[in-house]
Amino acid sequence: MDRFAWTNGLLEMNETLVIQQRGVKLYDGDDKAKLDVGVVLLTTHRLIWRDHKNHECCIALSLSQIIYFEEQAAGIGKSAKIVIHLYPVTANKEPGPYQQSKFPYIKLSFKEHGQIEFFRRLTEEMTQKRWETPVPQTISTATGSQTRAVGIVGIERKIEQKRKETEQNISEVRTRGNSSLVVSFKAKEMVELSRSIANKIKDKHGDITEDETIRFKSYLLSMGIANPVTRETHGSGTNYHMQLAKQLGDMLLAPLEERGGMMALTEVYCLVNRARGMELLSPEDLVNACKMFESMQLPLRLRVFDSGVMVVQLQSHSEEEMIASALDNVTDKGSLTSEEFAKLLGLSVLLSKERLLLAEKMGHLCRDDSVEGLRFYPNLF
Amino acid sequence: MSFEWPWQYNFPPFFTLQPNVDTRQKQLAAWCSLALAYCRHHKLYTLDVMESQESPVFNNKKIERKLSTEAIQVVFEELRKKGNLDWLDKNKSRCLVMWRRPEEWGKLIYQWVSKVGMINSVFTLYELSNGDDTEGEEFHGLEEWILLRSFKGVKFF
Repeated sequence: MDRFAWTNGLLEMNETLVIQQRGVKLYDGDDKAKLDVGVVLLTTHRLIWRDHKNHECCIALSLSQIIYFEEQAAGIGKSAKIVIHLYPVTANKEPGPYQQSKFPYIKLSFKEHGQIEFFRRLTEEMTQKRWETPVPQTISTATGSQTRAVGIVGIERKIEQKRKETEQNISEVRTRGNSSLVVSFKAKEMVELSRSIANKIKDKHGDITEDETIRFKSYLLSMGIANPVTRETHGSGTNYHMQLAKQLGDMLLAPLEERGGMMALTEVYCLVNRARGMELLSPEDLVNACKMFESMQLPLRLRVFDSGVMVVQLQSHSEEEMIASALDNVTDKGSLTSEEFAKLLGLSVLLSKERLLLAEKMGHLCRDDSVEGLRFYPNLF
Repeated sequence: MSFEWPWQYNFPPFFTLQPNVDTRQKQLAAWCSLALAYCRHHKLYTLDVMESQESPVFNNKKIERKLSTEAIQVVFEELRKKGNLDWLDKNKSRCLVMWRRPEEWGKLIYQWVSKVGMINSVFTLYELSNGDDTEGEEFHGLEEWILLRSFKGVKFF
């Protein structure tokens, strides 16, 4: 009961009455409070109690002081109650009927019923927390909105304000181009670091400390952003991808020939990044660059199989030839599994399976699926 | 005369339901004719799905391949669509196999009846299927239920 403070009962600005109920007796914990029966009023901000005879005797506590509350069913000779558990009293609390209390909870005893509706409304208010909505400024002052900061509510409002301000520094919401929303997070620290590394790389081309690189790369990984360094030096977007595509076109010709004209994109990724050493490619950049092969008239193509496997193949690579030769191989050996086929051709198992599946799709092969594994036969049907 | 297995029977892929649609059609057609031929040869009129899994038709022990239950169901469904099979129960566990469709039987019987000049005379079903006169005819020994069905499409008095 020591959480209550004397009040004149007048509602503040933006505070509205939600429900009131007469015939309510207050309890300090389990003991009856030294107050008479009265009216309890629930507002959007506070819980107010007023003596039914003496209207000057009016006390209130903020809803923000409520931790939780529960119903206590009526018994024989006992009215239904609502038990309200409260936070500890704050230092700057205004004087009230009780200086101290050994109980962290109070009870509202509904002698004339009405507890069900009251409980429902209290639940609503506690969920909505309408007292937290910042009060709009009516008087323009230099510093933010200032209204009567009453106890905990005021402190909470200030904290909320500060949080909003700091957030502004960290995030920016920008609209780019035609209504596409991009949220970019500018972590100050990260930007500083990336700038210093970018400069170092530009100057010394690779003489960064191991530590910095690792830190930087881990930031990037956690944010999912592609390497901004190379983008800065070579531009971002399609221009960058075009340059990259050209580079790949040169780099991949020899390996492709070696592997029979086709390589899985994962193989390409490993090969390219191993060769690059420092300015590693992200998978997205690789895919986007590969997509440009055709438009740039390069002798390479990016191809996606039905299963989703992506490969880079020489333009001169003819699928019909491949399938015809696959059929020959299978007929020759009677039947083949993808592993056997891979070994025969020096292809990766993944690619050999794709080829066999394609031949099956075209009707040249049929399958034998058993406990021994998946085998392909020439289609004799 | 022992049953002659078709070449597909010893071709392992025959026992795997083919994903390629065209290949599958050919495969199923082969299975249908094999199943019907087998039933005809052994004069089988009913099949139990569980039992047929172990039957040599769907299970080639020599090449260690057998049709899966799903595939067997697909073959049976194919036969049903063609009119060669009828389910005996709702759970699709037993079926009637008509390696000759009832209409075909009807026609055969009618042909024999007219051949022996017996049109307009009365026959009992028993006489038709088991009578001395019909010995040697294909429909001799035909089970009653299929005799009954064969009459549906044919004009009999």
